[in-house]
Amino acid sequence: MKLTLKIWRQKNTNDKGAFKTYDIDGVSPDMSFLEMIDVLNEQLIEKDEDPVHFDHDCREGICGMCSMYINGEPHGPLKGVTTCQLHMRSFSDGETITIEPWRAKAFPVVKDLAVDRSAFDRVIQAGGYVSVNTGGTPDANEIPIPKSVADEAFDAATCIGCGACVAACKNASAMLFVSAKISQLSMLPQGQVEKSERAEKMVAQMDAEGFGACTNTGACSAECPKGIDLKNIARMNREYLGSKMGSSN
Amino acid sequence: MSWLTDTLTSSIGRKVIMSLTGLFLIIFLIVHLSGNFQLLMDDGGLQFNAYAKFMTSNPLIKFTSYGLYAFILLHIIMSAVLAAKNRKARPVGYAKVKGSANSAWASRNMGILGTVILIFLVIHMRSYWYEMHWGDIPMDAAGNKDLFKVVSASFAQWWYVAIYVVSMIFLAFHLSHGFSSAFQTLGVNHKKYTPFIKGLGIVYAILIPAAFASIPLYMFFNN
Repeated sequence: MKLTLKIWRQKNTNDKGAFKTYDIDGVSPDMSFLEMIDVLNEQLIEKDEDPVHFDHDCREGICGMCSMYINGEPHGPLKGVTTCQLHMRSFSDGETITIEPWRAKAFPVVKDLAVDRSAFDRVIQAGGYVSVNTGGTPDANEIPIPKSVADEAFDAATCIGCGACVAACKNASAMLFVSAKISQLSMLPQGQVEKSERAEKMVAQMDAEGFGACTNTGACSAECPKGIDLKNIARMNREYLGSKMGSSN
Repeated sequence: MSWLTDTLTSSIGRKVIMSLTGLFLIIFLIVHLSGNFQLLMDDGGLQFNAYAKFMTSNPLIKFTSYGLYAFILLHIIMSAVLAAKNRKARPVGYAKVKGSANSAWASRNMGILGTVILIFLVIHMRSYWYEMHWGDIPMDAAGNKDLFKVVSASFAQWWYVAIYVVSMIFLAFHLSHGFSSAFQTLGVNHKKYTPFIKGLGIVYAILIPAAFASIPLYMFFNN
């Protein structure tokens, strides 16, 4: 496959940045998107040019490190996958592919396509934990949890924190991420104790980081590689409002 | 900050204000529409004029109307605040955005749709609300201000009817997202009733603006 890549190049956070166009030949349809960028980078290194910086780690679609806004969609055109699991067979020969970093005030560009997502970490630090020591692995079914509840909590917990929701949202809102992290704990007995306090703290931190508000377009959920559902945002709103109105502080 | 201002200035709180004022305006549309249907009565506007008099003089209605003005303003001001904040959340935009791949057009353009509706609202209020309160309107046979005459005169102009009908299309798209979105913001999302709310929202978004638009169309073509 022969491709034209329009890639965002930016030296550092303060650099203005601009698109640079690269032609690449001999791309196999079986390559993953990241492998294709690897090939490009090898060519750039041979030419003594600065390779394209991008985030990646497991390349198995479970770590949440890879990002890239490909042809107007986070993680590219294929649904339910991260960029590392996107293969070149999803593109056609001779196509021009536009590759941009996640765009959000709360996700400053580190270099090229790599952005700093530590805003997510700070949201988790604000309340996305259980304070008490829950001990070792308990015996199965020691704490009865209905299967449907366990399933829903697990669905929320599949969020890998990649930030595609923020990237996809027209408001750069982090509500899908924050609501998934709130939901995975608040539905289970161990997390229920700090439920209301958690929602207040995490939402406050989310706002402080400069993420936008939710317009309920559903773009986040549609682009989420793990298919996190919008009902988590509704749950977060319920818990936040309930806590604001009902808590003693 | 107190807990209340703290809540209402949070991202969720602001959306809740949008949601509650929006739901109030959704209910208001039904009241407004039921009043409009009196334009179709074959009595030269006597009933409609009596209704207009009642709506501008009854103390309870007056009180409610101040609430309505306040909620419309709050809905507009809050949307402007949210739009500005949301824009700030993404200072550098994308070169290429494929919005159609993940969301409905109306949901991404509520601000534009709302702005067109606001322009319509200004024209609309100037034509009837202002005229009714401070305009020089002749009296009808029953001694009420003949607002019917003002309305039917405006609906005799093709361009006025065209603006009205096009605005109702914008309103339809605004409602097609706004109706169900208001419930989602309030935390109402459940597999048992969310599909119903979404369906009802679409039906509402088609029926109400269509009914509104049918009146000027009927009066224009009946003249």
